[in-house]
Amino acid sequence: MAFLVRSTLIYAVPLMIVALAGVFAERSGIINLALEGIMIFGAFIGVLFVRLVQQWGWFDAAKQAGDWVSLQGFMLLAMVTAAALGAVFSLLLAFAAINLKADQTIGGTALNLMAPALVLFLIRVIANQNTLQMATGDAASWFMIKKTMFGFDKKAQLGFFASAFLDKVYLSTYICILLFIVLSIILYKTRFGLRLRSCGENPQASDSLGINVVKMRYAGVTISGALAGMGGFVYALTTTNCSSNGDVAGFGFLALAVMIFGNWKPLNIAGAALLFGLFKCIAASYTSLDINGDGVFMLANIGLNSNFYRLLPYLVTLLVLAFTSKSSRAPKAEGIPYDKGQR
Amino acid sequence: MKEKTPLLQRDGARSVLASLISIVIGLAAGSLVVLLVGLFNSGMGLKAAWEGIRLIFLGLFSTGRNATGGLSFGFNPVTFGNMLFRATPLIMTGLSVAVAYKTGLFNIGAPGQYLAGTAATLFIALEIPSSAVPTWIIWILAFLGGMAAGALWGAIPGLLKAMLNINEVLACIMTNWISANLVTWVFDVSNLKNTVENTKTAYIYKTTFNGVETPKMFLDKIFPGSQVNGGILIAAVLAVAMYILFSKTTLGYELKACGANRHAAKYAGIKDKRSIVLSMAIAGAMSGAGAALYYLAGNTEFFWSTYQSLPATGFNGIPVALLAVCNPIAVIFTGMFMSMLDIAGQQLTALTAYNEYITDVIIAVIVYLSAFSLVIKLWLGGRAKKKAGPKPDANAEDPAPVPDAAAGKEGEE
Repeated sequence: MAFLVRSTLIYAVPLMIVALAGVFAERSGIINLALEGIMIFGAFIGVLFVRLVQQWGWFDAAKQAGDWVSLQGFMLLAMVTAAALGAVFSLLLAFAAINLKADQTIGGTALNLMAPALVLFLIRVIANQNTLQMATGDAASWFMIKKTMFGFDKKAQLGFFASAFLDKVYLSTYICILLFIVLSIILYKTRFGLRLRSCGENPQASDSLGINVVKMRYAGVTISGALAGMGGFVYALTTTNCSSNGDVAGFGFLALAVMIFGNWKPLNIAGAALLFGLFKCIAASYTSLDINGDGVFMLANIGLNSNFYRLLPYLVTLLVLAFTSKSSRAPKAEGIPYDKGQR
Repeated sequence: MKEKTPLLQRDGARSVLASLISIVIGLAAGSLVVLLVGLFNSGMGLKAAWEGIRLIFLGLFSTGRNATGGLSFGFNPVTFGNMLFRATPLIMTGLSVAVAYKTGLFNIGAPGQYLAGTAATLFIALEIPSSAVPTWIIWILAFLGGMAAGALWGAIPGLLKAMLNINEVLACIMTNWISANLVTWVFDVSNLKNTVENTKTAYIYKTTFNGVETPKMFLDKIFPGSQVNGGILIAAVLAVAMYILFSKTTLGYELKACGANRHAAKYAGIKDKRSIVLSMAIAGAMSGAGAALYYLAGNTEFFWSTYQSLPATGFNGIPVALLAVCNPIAVIFTGMFMSMLDIAGQQLTALTAYNEYITDVIIAVIVYLSAFSLVIKLWLGGRAKKKAGPKPDANAEDPAPVPDAAAGKEGEE
């Protein structure tokens, strides 16, 4: 059970934070279809940063001494780098959508095509293979938080809470949850958040009240890009052993679905992300999933084809969308380029 | 005599010019990346970068390296024929995206429809015993089966959009992944996995295993040694059929009206829901047909364990359609352009230290530019008006018809 909670969180957290990225863009009036591409780009940048810093040897001493506090700092730096470059990459979308009034769906698709192409091209040049990995060691040995770090014995049996949330986890999970809460509060309880949301509903009215629509939309897309870039790196760190191969397995698109299912509201999105995280977790590890701890792998014993579990997250998304689409309420002005002269 | 409008003020001419500008900027951006990587990479240098850039522009005419180690160029029937062969599925997925776009739908589901078509085609082509049924009947059945499967898969997001108002982009993405998993599943439990050639893992038999293949239609005489077959002609015929459907028939008019303004179309008595589903079904049929033409060629194999990746041919239908401004006739030429880039990428991988992904970067830049091709077109129009202002009859120079201009572009590259 503790394993189930832990790995559900690992899948749910990138979905959650990237879905929030989508909310920031769409609430400001820009459809960000490029989440997938920005995630791919962010994952690449984060892994490249880790690889380079490892090669420069800045953290070797810390690794040798088992100084896990500075190693966590190293990971935070990588997250920040991925976020910064993700924001820069998303400016391409912002420029096309806001300044040139381009079709946002096509612009986003262009970024989705661009990211894997550029990333794979560079990976092939850098590493002469199709996957970019850490220079030495693996993600678990460098960045994972283990129970021994809190002074527990290696063989100590922990309670459910401790083994679910303190053993074999990544700090990034909690950083993302914290960021999610802070940004949700900013979106709903501050002047900036209100102004941003107004630009997604009625930009003409916002403009008439002295709000700079262009600035607000740039802010929305940039925050969106930063979150998606960071989410991409978190995904790469926690699920693919800190490697990048120009692919995040459709997580960016799943995050879009989570956002729509969550009705563009943070609390619902958190719930939706947990649901999808659960299905993703089942798909990835159903053969070794021991739900109630009695040593019986129930799902594996049913004997369904593994492909069934793999397509389950997508099928559930579609079904859930089918049942909830009637009540879904998108921001009114999303996807429409802002035209001062209109009305 | 009818008065001619100045070339740059005609919508078609401006579209062609906007696409040409996109292509040139895309190629330039690709060259820039090649140049930068060459300069900052100790193993490459300026000479390698110059070779890379030449291959990006002239990859189709590359004939490898000559005795002195320099790149040599010339007419190469094998690469030309292969270019035509690879263009076939691209033209079809391009048509798929273009058809849906005319009804105001963004069909990002072409990869899933392509996979559905692949599965249906291969099952029909390999399961019907050629000892009992003539192979040409099996070919036709397999082709139609692929189209039908694609149409069915395309109709699902169409239905969801029409009935439940689910965003078609999202529905398409989900059906893509469902398709990828389903196709892996059905081939996993099938007995079509290639076990004869044991060097191959996770491949399905070629259709020639059952004696089914697309007739060459004498194209192998023109391009000896290449993969080309009659499929390219079938694709061209289907493109013309789509052009006729959309510009000469009532049905096409209804579909287009629905794309322009769904509510106005409904008010005018057009069944908007039916139009959306139908448009997506036609789009899906085109993708399915593309898959059928590719895998019925007999010299291609399908990697069945595809649950982790979607076919790039499907996604590349998007740039093909956008570059053609969704004109079915122009799709033929932009499809060939895309497959030419493909060939250039292969040559880059084979002859230099660069790799084929640079062509995907070029394609992405082109799509990015076509997102605001409207701005480019308006800018071109503005320039034309300024020019035409003082001297109204500065228009006599050669107003080339649209398809010709597109063809000219092919010749240039």
